[in-house]
Amino acid sequence: MGRTKRAAKRVSGSAPLTLADLRSGQRCVLDRLDVPEDTARRLMELGFLPGNEVIPARRAPGGGARVFRVDGSEVALRNDTAKHIHVRRDPESDLVVLP
Amino acid sequence: MSSCHRDSVESNLLPNPSIAPPRPAHDRPIIVAIVGPPNSGKSTLFNRLTGLRQKVANFPGVTVEHRMGKAKLKDQHEVFLVDLPGVYSLHPRAEDEQVTHDVLKGERPDFPKPDAVILILDATNLGRHLVLAAPILSLGLPILILLNMADDLAARGGKVDVSALAAELNCPVTLISATKGIGIESIQQFLLGTAVRLNAPPPRIELPVLQDVPKCRQWAAKLGIRASYKAPAPPLWTRRLDAIFLHPVAGPLIFLTIVIAVFQSIFSWAQPIMNGVQHFILGSGLWMKSVLPDTPWRSLLIDGVWSGVGSVVVFLPQILLLFLFIGILEDSGYLARAALIADRTMAKIGLQGKSFIPLLSAYACAVPAIMATRVIENKRDRTATIMIAPLMTCSARLPVYTLVIAAFVPNIPVLGHFLSLPAATMLSLYVLGFLAAITIARVLRSTVLRSGRSSFMLEMPPYRWPTWQSLALRLIDRARVFLRRAGTVIFSVAVVLWVLAHLPIHNGKTPPIEHSYAGMVGKTIEPAIKPLGFNWKIGIGLITSLAAREVIVGTLGTIYGIEGDEPSEGLQQAVHHDLSPAGAVALLIFFAFAMQCFSTLAVVKRETGGWKWPIFQFSYMLALAYCGSWVAFHLTNYFLG
Repeated sequence: MGRTKRAAKRVSGSAPLTLADLRSGQRCVLDRLDVPEDTARRLMELGFLPGNEVIPARRAPGGGARVFRVDGSEVALRNDTAKHIHVRRDPESDLVVLP
Repeated sequence: MSSCHRDSVESNLLPNPSIAPPRPAHDRPIIVAIVGPPNSGKSTLFNRLTGLRQKVANFPGVTVEHRMGKAKLKDQHEVFLVDLPGVYSLHPRAEDEQVTHDVLKGERPDFPKPDAVILILDATNLGRHLVLAAPILSLGLPILILLNMADDLAARGGKVDVSALAAELNCPVTLISATKGIGIESIQQFLLGTAVRLNAPPPRIELPVLQDVPKCRQWAAKLGIRASYKAPAPPLWTRRLDAIFLHPVAGPLIFLTIVIAVFQSIFSWAQPIMNGVQHFILGSGLWMKSVLPDTPWRSLLIDGVWSGVGSVVVFLPQILLLFLFIGILEDSGYLARAALIADRTMAKIGLQGKSFIPLLSAYACAVPAIMATRVIENKRDRTATIMIAPLMTCSARLPVYTLVIAAFVPNIPVLGHFLSLPAATMLSLYVLGFLAAITIARVLRSTVLRSGRSSFMLEMPPYRWPTWQSLALRLIDRARVFLRRAGTVIFSVAVVLWVLAHLPIHNGKTPPIEHSYAGMVGKTIEPAIKPLGFNWKIGIGLITSLAAREVIVGTLGTIYGIEGDEPSEGLQQAVHHDLSPAGAVALLIFFAFAMQCFSTLAVVKRETGGWKWPIFQFSYMLALAYCGSWVAFHLTNYFLG
């Protein structure tokens, strides 16, 4: 996990790579989940499936966790989970929608 | 609302009224399981179908609770419904999923395999919820699929062709609204027909590989397209409310206001009702005393049972009020937001947002709080929450605090009219319990329950109006549990204490309390508690209060043999003879920390699956209580000269 994280850091700068890097309302497409299998399964059941569109919404007051709109529902994740969810910007719908 | 237009399904759904349906091969009542993802409205539906004819039960050996109920049907039919825990899949990972999986597969020796399944899904989020249909259909049981929140779907401009979906899945599908009661008759028809369908071979359709979540989701998406599913517009009101409730400034302020308002109201609103109950118990006790002949039995009934059980029943209004608030917060969807707001603070003590809900309930009673820790998936987080929950000032401590504070703390103002010294003492005991809890949580999380930062994933359900029926059923359920406890544990303690305080009989007379068996026990432990400023009478109270904290009040009442119509005042004076001011402070600290509650220990054993944790909890809390009151006793003595 550590190595992939470092690899991600190296290419960052051109485009945000994880859910944690996105601004509110910035649409993206989920790429892959870099988390333990159990967590990955739960995330996928909650809608965080590769290929699905995710929109970061409100942050919890004071930070720490954030609400994401994914697959028809809203799910709150902590930042340290979000930064292991790799995404790519959707070039076709790269619009910022209001939170 | 009937949606099954395929003839074969339709004929199955409606049994021919002229022919009595054949009895199932086995000779037990028909059981239909209700399954659905969390927030699909499963419990609302269950409540609507069963009403008061339900009870909460536990599967032995596991922590998972389920509810059984009898469906209200027009015929003589008896169909039992079982409400299983909400799951996203049947992949057995968490304990509740394991139970749902085992029950549905007929792999639990203590529970018969259901004869049919009602799968309830949220129609406003059908794409994701339909994923659960795959593992449920693979069971091969007769199945009815309900698409709940039909009213919401229509209001937000969503659509679904139920007959097309029914054709795709080869089973009946119906749009319903569990809260509004739309479409309930089709469920009753399904239930009436379950006996017929038992013998019919289950429909076979092609299903995706169940272990593969993306494949299942694709399958569900394809179904949605074939059923011309149009997802509804986003829930506008939920977004608007979230803009307020999750606002960086207003959000936490509203959160704090709600928490304080809940506390304020359970103490101030419940007071008149509690006074009423107290008057009733006292009055009826006096009345019984006046009509019954003066025998030992009268004393047992009135001094032992009536006052012992009565001193506990007084707290029922307060507990119900707290559960009413928690019910409203939970059913409305706010509790998920509260957990989100609390997450950051909870993370600092090594817990997570989901621990907030159980810890809030623990202010009423640790037993339901410990059961509420089931929402926490992470085992270590959950154990840590269970370990600290009894340190929260539960309502059973209130009678003890009230008695001691009223007896020893003078009613002088601290902050003008705003706060008096007794109220400030009470408040500091609450703060003390809370501080102890977070300290212990930090210690546990960095030692025995050490683990990396846990993940926190919480679905934010749309805001909804709570239904009166669900709230009422919740309260009735809580009242039942509480009264059962008062009628068993506290009743037995009261009787046993009364007997021990009246034996051995010497020359046909009951002994003075000092020479009774109860007195001997008190004398035996006196050396151990003397350093804390307690004498043998308090000792008897400490022992009986191991069963339940509030019992000490009734016990002291019995020991002092106080009679008359103002017992609480008499008891206050009597306590003065046996406790120095320093001893009183020590007693308060002892009750703030000690684990004096059989019910809590029993529920901890059940929830953690063994004796290890309850024994640990009992020991650390006793040690904390002993050391805490020793320090408090000596400090107070030092300061008071």
